[in-house]
Amino acid sequence: MSRVSTATVEELTVVDAPEPFWNRERRLGAGITVIGLIATFVFGSLAESKTARFTLSPDASGAAISINGQVGAIVFGLIAVALGVVMLTGKARRWQTLLLSLGILAFVLSFLCWQVAGKFLPLVDTLDGSLEYALPLILGALAGVLGERSGVVNVAIEGQFLMGAFGAALVGTLATSVWAGLISAMVGGVIIAAMLAVLAIRFLVDQVVVGIVLNLFALGITGFLYERLMQPNALKYNQPPKMPEWKIPGLGDIPVIGPVLFHANLLVWLALILVPVIHFALKNTRWGLRTRAVGEHPTAADTVGVRVRGLRYLNVLLGGLVAGAGGAFFTLVSTGAFNKNMTNGAGFIALAALIFGRWTPFGALGAALFFGFTQKLAYFLGVAGSPVPNQFLNMLPYIATIIAVAGLVGRVRAPAADGVPYVKS
Amino acid sequence: MTTETAAKPAPPKHKEESFLSLFLKNLWSANTFTVTALSIFLALVIGAVLIVISDSAVLSKFSYFTSRPSDALNASWDLISAAYADLFKGAIFDPAAFQAWFDGTGTWQAAFGPISETLTYATPLVFTGLSVAIAFRGGLFNIGGQGQAVIGCVLGGVAGFAFSLPPGIHLIVALLFGAIGGALWGFVPGLLKARTGAHEVITTIMLNYTAALLLSWLIEQKGIHDPARSDAISKAIHSSAELPALPSPLRVHLGIVLAVLVTAGVAWLINRSSFGFELRAVGVNPPAAKTAGMSVAKTYTLLMVVAGGLAGLGGAVQVLGTADKLTDQVAGNIGFDGLLVALLGRNKPWGTLLAAILYGALRAGGNLMQVDIGISLELVTVLQALIVIFIAAPALVKAIFHLRAARSARLGTSLAKGW
Amino acid sequence: MANDHIDITVEPGEVHALLGENGAGKSTLMNQLYGLLQPDEGEILVDGEAKVFRSPRDAIAAGIGMVHQHFMLVPVFTVAENIALGAEDVRGGPLGILDRRRKRREVLETSQKYGLPVDPDALVENLPVGAQQRVEIVKALTRDVDLLILDEPTAVLTPQETDELLAVMRGLAETGKSIVFITHKLREVKAVADRITVIRRGRTVSTASPDTSEEELATLMVGRDVNLEVTKTPAEPGREVLKVAGLVVDDDRGIRAVDGVDLEIRAGEVLGIAGVQGNGQTELVEAIMGLRAIRAGSMELDNESLAGMSTKKILRSGVGYIPEDRSLDGVVKEFSVAENLVLDVYDRPPFGNAFKLNPKAIDDSARERVEQFDIRTSSAEHAVSTLSGGNQQKVVVAREMSRPLRLMIASQPTRGVDVGSIEFIHNQIIHERDNGTAVLVVSSELEEVVGLADRIAVMYRGRILATVSPDMPREEIGLLMAGVAAGVAEEEAAE
Repeated sequence: MSRVSTATVEELTVVDAPEPFWNRERRLGAGITVIGLIATFVFGSLAESKTARFTLSPDASGAAISINGQVGAIVFGLIAVALGVVMLTGKARRWQTLLLSLGILAFVLSFLCWQVAGKFLPLVDTLDGSLEYALPLILGALAGVLGERSGVVNVAIEGQFLMGAFGAALVGTLATSVWAGLISAMVGGVIIAAMLAVLAIRFLVDQVVVGIVLNLFALGITGFLYERLMQPNALKYNQPPKMPEWKIPGLGDIPVIGPVLFHANLLVWLALILVPVIHFALKNTRWGLRTRAVGEHPTAADTVGVRVRGLRYLNVLLGGLVAGAGGAFFTLVSTGAFNKNMTNGAGFIALAALIFGRWTPFGALGAALFFGFTQKLAYFLGVAGSPVPNQFLNMLPYIATIIAVAGLVGRVRAPAADGVPYVKS
Repeated sequence: MTTETAAKPAPPKHKEESFLSLFLKNLWSANTFTVTALSIFLALVIGAVLIVISDSAVLSKFSYFTSRPSDALNASWDLISAAYADLFKGAIFDPAAFQAWFDGTGTWQAAFGPISETLTYATPLVFTGLSVAIAFRGGLFNIGGQGQAVIGCVLGGVAGFAFSLPPGIHLIVALLFGAIGGALWGFVPGLLKARTGAHEVITTIMLNYTAALLLSWLIEQKGIHDPARSDAISKAIHSSAELPALPSPLRVHLGIVLAVLVTAGVAWLINRSSFGFELRAVGVNPPAAKTAGMSVAKTYTLLMVVAGGLAGLGGAVQVLGTADKLTDQVAGNIGFDGLLVALLGRNKPWGTLLAAILYGALRAGGNLMQVDIGISLELVTVLQALIVIFIAAPALVKAIFHLRAARSARLGTSLAKGW
Repeated sequence: MANDHIDITVEPGEVHALLGENGAGKSTLMNQLYGLLQPDEGEILVDGEAKVFRSPRDAIAAGIGMVHQHFMLVPVFTVAENIALGAEDVRGGPLGILDRRRKRREVLETSQKYGLPVDPDALVENLPVGAQQRVEIVKALTRDVDLLILDEPTAVLTPQETDELLAVMRGLAETGKSIVFITHKLREVKAVADRITVIRRGRTVSTASPDTSEEELATLMVGRDVNLEVTKTPAEPGREVLKVAGLVVDDDRGIRAVDGVDLEIRAGEVLGIAGVQGNGQTELVEAIMGLRAIRAGSMELDNESLAGMSTKKILRSGVGYIPEDRSLDGVVKEFSVAENLVLDVYDRPPFGNAFKLNPKAIDDSARERVEQFDIRTSSAEHAVSTLSGGNQQKVVVAREMSRPLRLMIASQPTRGVDVGSIEFIHNQIIHERDNGTAVLVVSSELEEVVGLADRIAVMYRGRILATVSPDMPREEIGLLMAGVAAGVAEEEAAE
């Protein structure tokens, strides 16, 4: 008898199951079509037939892109509808994300044409403002990336912002130095991060709970010290210097992006540089490989000798430095003086940017810029006298976050071991 | 290579213990009561440090600590004892006021004032705390208690001045409206979680901010805004919708009785009802619940509706009992405090009630502390957060006090939860 | 106490088998050797030198490697990345930039040297189980091990893959490496081991040679005479209860798991599904229970379609279900035994209704069933987590078998269960069959299927290759499990 072969007899072909009609692409396409129709008909009819000017300079004069408000609203609405229809055909699977982004962009442009008709929108100022609002969000989301990619959920970004803002204001005023302020902001962030790390990693407390409680703690302690020290004696404790803006010669003169990107303060460059740096480090360094392993399968990492808890501690503390620096934005760049609860939820929006950006640095950057833009838009519309009430405009970032998290992005997948404390069994 | 493992004999066993030594051992072990008491103590210690370092007068005495330590220490002690005495006097009772009452120089209202204040602050916290606690038992983080309470305030308040109904009925209707408002505000994140998996932490927090903005817009609108006032305040509720209270100046009202009843109701719901069985199963093991036929999605949604309704009821009680009108700050911090209260109460209904009373006491006492010697009310927030941090990590308290490891106090949330 | 003064010695170039039933303490022992657990007493001597392993790092440094029962591979990493983890090649000094090319080369070299083909760039989550195991072994070998521990390596392999692995083990031993092979499978132990240490309830029972008979080894493992057979009377099948036709189901990743399955089960018979884990059995059972959507095909229970029915309704229709992973979805560990016993009937009389529970009825019934099903616990109020694996499984069995059933589905009913409970559960299943219930047993342990079933359907890659009698020779069933239809073997033999 010849040897029995172990080859399989039937060539079983792996057939992809027939997809349901309403797959993700079609559903998103339907959504874009609907909002495109809203844009075309609602914005189009409400818009005045006046010129909308998108100026390159901060004032109404100077070079501008002009477009008839009503025409613009309708045209951009129709573009959105077209993009939605393309997605509905189900043929453009690979371009989904691009079409989705363009669809949303078209909707926003239609909205703007409606709102700006008869007025002007300073483009540079808007982009600059968006980047500025986005700045703490970028840093906060990056802090989240560091911690969560190694498996520790960080809901305490808000608290780290507050401590950072407070520290920067206090020490910045006492030392009359922006740099001292920045450093103590980072220290403030690390303090909260250390508490989070110890409670979550060592004492195995539920990480979301710890984060929320630490936020309340930070709120309380900064509020308390503000009332005791800063309120009675603002000159001595609460007048931090403003972070200087530097201009890179040459690059800073490029129209539109020049003033936005190359004429800015250090924090902006720090944030923008950290994004690719962290991206590269996660992908291509030993630290990055181990971090990702610890976040996905800590037991596997432990069995090959990686120090799981030590690495988590390190990453959470590094995140604290970054988030603390983000907090410095509020007092060294934006408002100037510390005020109780001045962050008002920015830390949670940064968290949303992290999730929206799928726990990657560049994704977080994109999401943060988007949220920054919605905040700037709300501000601009409020100033420009839009018929929409101020409070509803201020709701924009929060509603956008809910929509983002609820599935615009599809089911997102956190690192597999995110939030699971590592216990040797 | 050769590898060997070798043996050694086992150690001898323990002797029997007397009742007294067992009792002492249990007392000084890391059980729930001890951990809670020690956590409060630790929090007060840290609070004392904060009080001292933020007082410039006392701090200046520390600058010459080495030459005359007694100055600094005495000043510190005076300040701390004054602060914590005020905390006690504002929350429980002031011996002087009681003395005055017995003497006839003071009223009984003044004597019972502090307790009344404590219960007044505690009342809405019971509802928001129960809201968080029941959600936790089902495995959901309801951080949206604040928003749900705000909407409860809004609907309860509007029902309070928009309708004209006979006294008892008006109150009930207004409370119902508040509960429904909160339930709706909880339904949205619940539905999103069930359908899309959107994490309820983010959605509820975002809805908190949305609710606050909605409130501030509403109280400026015609029909709600009080035309006789120029500031942002709503009309007052009719007296037929008010929760009956003790004679003024005491503020405590029937809401506290309602709170106790609702606590009993929630306890029954969790432990004795079918829905409670489902939410407990889903809270600890969703796959097993699903395999046994339960619908996890429906349970999540219904749970958030109930939780939202509880918080909304708390908001309504706040308006109909204490505030009487809507302002930007009508809901205060009751949502966030409710979170801390639930954690302190280990997510159990009666524990939450007790924790709410404690936190109400801290708030009432903190008020007096601020008015009397000027220590910021924010200290109370710090104390409240610290207490929870300490009880959240019984191992931490254990380490500080060298407690023995008894069956230790768990926080009541399931141990490993991420996104 | 998991390990009670265990002594064991391993020589170079030896395949040393560690034999014991589930829960005996074998894995605990090896976890200490690998630094994952710390011993309370005793010492470990490597080449005569006493060593302390505080973490796997120390064990690896001492030349010890381990391949775990549940693979320690990061699914979203490539093979090379998994092998690099912990022993990365870096350049660029303190920056620690990964040198991927060097690691790839090293992987390919080691793979060729020991005859273990792996693709360094493949994503681990896309690899079949046998390939993943090869990756684990290559991972250990790249770290220069002298002693390799394999923890239940054949649990997820086909008989053919198992033979290949045993050959690899022999090959490694011949190059001078020591192998410790943990298992509870008697056949394999006799096939490859040089020495066998039998562990029972945490103690070393004896050191045997591979010449020892299987019956003797089983007795040593369990401590009493073990009846390896299931006694049952011939089946008397009645009406058709479950009919499945052309069923197509996808797994979580959208890949076809059940590819056109037909089967019928009659009242009063046991249909066993044999096959290595991962060939679609899990998805098939989940589909029937309404826990997974179907793509095509039909399922009928007594001529009533099950498609689209909620799990609750299916359970109510008289279907009992023992899921394959009790700790995942069989029991709620934090609930008491009594609560677990009503997990799927708490809202039906007498245990409760749509609004409230009836605690007295629940407790009374619990006490009865604890006795009836011999569940070893001091009180039905205790949390299920305090019970042993076997007793937890008995809770699940008790729950499902305490109501009138038309169909009973038992998936891996005795996985991780001690021998005494195995006997009990097997008897319960036959008892259910004799009561007229249609029974479906899915198991990757061929012995179990052969012992229980009246008919055996062999499942491979989502299809039923053949339905055979349990009297068929084991080797032939094994071939079917590996995807080889009987007809081909005869053809080749005729050449």
